[in-house]
Amino acid sequence: MNQLLYSKLSSLFKVELSLATSIGQIQLDRPVMLASGILGISLDVFNRLYRSGVGAVVTKSLSTEPWEGYPNPTIFSVKGGGWINAVGLSNPGATNFAKMIEPNQDVPIIVSLVGSIPEDFETMIKQFENCKVTAYELNLSCPHVAKVGLEVGDDPELVKKIVTTAKNTTDVPIIAKVGLGTTHYLNTVSAAIDSGIDAITAINTVRAMAIDVETQRPILSNKFGGLSGTPIKPIALRCVYEISSKHDIPIIGCGGISTWEDAVEFFLAGASAIQLGSAVGDNWIDVFNDINNGILQYMKRKNYSSIKEMVGLAKKQ
Amino acid sequence: MQRNNNHTTIVTIEKVIDETPTVRTLVFSDDVMSNVLPGQFAMVWIPGVNELPMSVMISKEPGKAAFTVRKHGPASTGLFNILEGQQIGIRGPYGNSFDLKEGKLLLVGGGTGLVPMMRLLTFVKPTDDVTVLIGAKSKDEVFFEDLANNLLENNPHKVIVSTDDGSYGEKGFVTDLVEKLVSKSHFDGVYVCGPEIMMYKTVQSAHSRKMFVQASLERMMKCGVGICGSCCVGEDLVCRDGTVFDGQHLSTNKEFGHFYRNKAGILENY
Ligand SMILES: Cc1cc2nc3c(=O)[nH]c(=O)nc-3n(C[C@H](O)[C@H](O)[C@H](O)COP(=O)(O)OP(=O)(O)OC[C@H]3O[C@@H](n4cnc5c(N)ncnc54)[C@H](O)[C@@H]3O)c2cc1C
Ligand SMILES: Cc1cc2nc3c(=O)[nH]c(=O)nc-3n(C[C@H](O)[C@H](O)[C@H](O)COP(=O)(O)O)c2cc1C
Ligand code: FES
Repeated sequence: MNQLLYSKLSSLFKVELSLATSIGQIQLDRPVMLASGILGISLDVFNRLYRSGVGAVVTKSLSTEPWEGYPNPTIFSVKGGGWINAVGLSNPGATNFAKMIEPNQDVPIIVSLVGSIPEDFETMIKQFENCKVTAYELNLSCPHVAKVGLEVGDDPELVKKIVTTAKNTTDVPIIAKVGLGTTHYLNTVSAAIDSGIDAITAINTVRAMAIDVETQRPILSNKFGGLSGTPIKPIALRCVYEISSKHDIPIIGCGGISTWEDAVEFFLAGASAIQLGSAVGDNWIDVFNDINNGILQYMKRKNYSSIKEMVGLAKKQ
Repeated sequence: MQRNNNHTTIVTIEKVIDETPTVRTLVFSDDVMSNVLPGQFAMVWIPGVNELPMSVMISKEPGKAAFTVRKHGPASTGLFNILEGQQIGIRGPYGNSFDLKEGKLLLVGGGTGLVPMMRLLTFVKPTDDVTVLIGAKSKDEVFFEDLANNLLENNPHKVIVSTDDGSYGEKGFVTDLVEKLVSKSHFDGVYVCGPEIMMYKTVQSAHSRKMFVQASLERMMKCGVGICGSCCVGEDLVCRDGTVFDGQHLSTNKEFGHFYRNKAGILENY
């Protein structure tokens, strides 16, 4: 975060305010992460985002081979707020990506992976052996690419195999990212927890579409995409609350967060950290420091010295 | 109510102008696009085909704007083939714009990179002394020469064309002309848009002589709003931080002039 403001606030209030948070074994200096798929392909950009206040960057979801993704249009701005995207998980592939981030020392990087069988995840994790990786996030919830993402998350038995394989491949913490599919997402969460998952990210985008009334055609080239941004915030918040009510597992809240109030809501619902993506499109990368600063002021006002003190408070009411 | 730039607006193509065998200008009515700053671009949806970033071209009539497109792959060919009366979707304008200096100006455009230069010309002051360099492969591919002369009729000006094969104007690369001109006299502002190698050389020629120079970069664009990351050049996102960057900044960028990213995001050499 903005070091100057941080020390100013700390001395002004004569307390040791800290934005540090832990998600199980994962320690972060700041609780706001960049969500997967947003600005996620260049180490130079990661460095810039880190200077702009992110606690960690989650990479674009990587596959064993490079993917071009769908043709444009891949993004649509919804009237009334939010975005629908069907980028189609375009990515340079795990091997190329691992080479690119090898020099990284400073930025906490969470590598997001997508695949259809347990071996895919094992192969990819091995590619990152020479890289400093804070955690892996398994994308079990992309709603618009066949055979991966939600189709995997919708099969709890497959989820178990994938999580078990990933856990057996590395000691680095493994996060499962869940979303709304045809199987109740709580079954996916349970399957992941049974297999030893370290944390849960909830939620991914929600399957959606847009049709243009003039030309009478679906706008996205893939017709369907994932809805993100402010319209899904209440849904994501509900999911975080539900998971934290049912399980004792570290949670990362994601979906429609764009202000410090949104962030605090997710902490109160049970999240130890948050991710955001769409808000970058709306407010550019200043959004990270704005949220960090807002959280700090709130903590002071409510007399908290750490994020941990507010995690899950709404469940006690 | 003010329009949200990110929402798609459907417009009807009113006029199609053939510029060269492979380049066409498509004119449409839209107040917002008719008033954009030089260098800004739109995301253009060709229904059923694709969506492409396009610089916004000027039109002679108020309230109208245009796109000038070169037929290339599937997407640009789709736009090139749009007929009068057909509809396309537009969103934007996106991006920043050129900082216009006063005095002696040099504008360098290659191919459809001339589009932002034409809009820039509508902003020059009558006292500015303007040189426009137009680069093309051959005589067939030269366009906007008359337009540039018309736009500058009240200015001291020169419009110089160079073709790679010498079939029209001066023979050789336009960047050789740039080097010749900036080594002879000082320009208060140098502006360039076109193929990246051409921009790289122009920026080097001008920046090494401490002249103010700006280039409008092109990268693979999917979202246009700074979400997808596909347009990154080093630390910069072309859609959000650019498309216009100055020589000072570009001289510190490791990727400009050397690498671009393909559709999967893999870094490739120019
Ligand atoms: C800010 C900006 C302004 C532009 N202005 C104009 C203009 O005024 N007139 C004009 O003719 N062209 C313009 N272009 C280029 C245009 O967007 C396309 O890149 C070009 O028309 C080729 O596209 P294609 O899909 O037909 O080719 P393809 O055969 O599909 O692709 C060939 C190459 O074109 C480029 N390309 C394809 N799709 C995109 C995309 N979505 N974004 C960026 N590059 C892409 C890539 O380098 C690709 O490798 C502009 C590009 C940018 C980024
Ligand atoms: C353009 C775009 C691309 C995305 N790509 C991925 C991806 O590759 N992997 C993934 O797990 N989630 C992906 N997501 C989902 C986001 O990580 C996030 O879960 C979702 O956008 C909700 O958060 P938000 O409302 O803050 O954007 C993508 C979202 C967007 C908008
Ligand atoms: S085009 Fe998506 S970030 Fe620039």
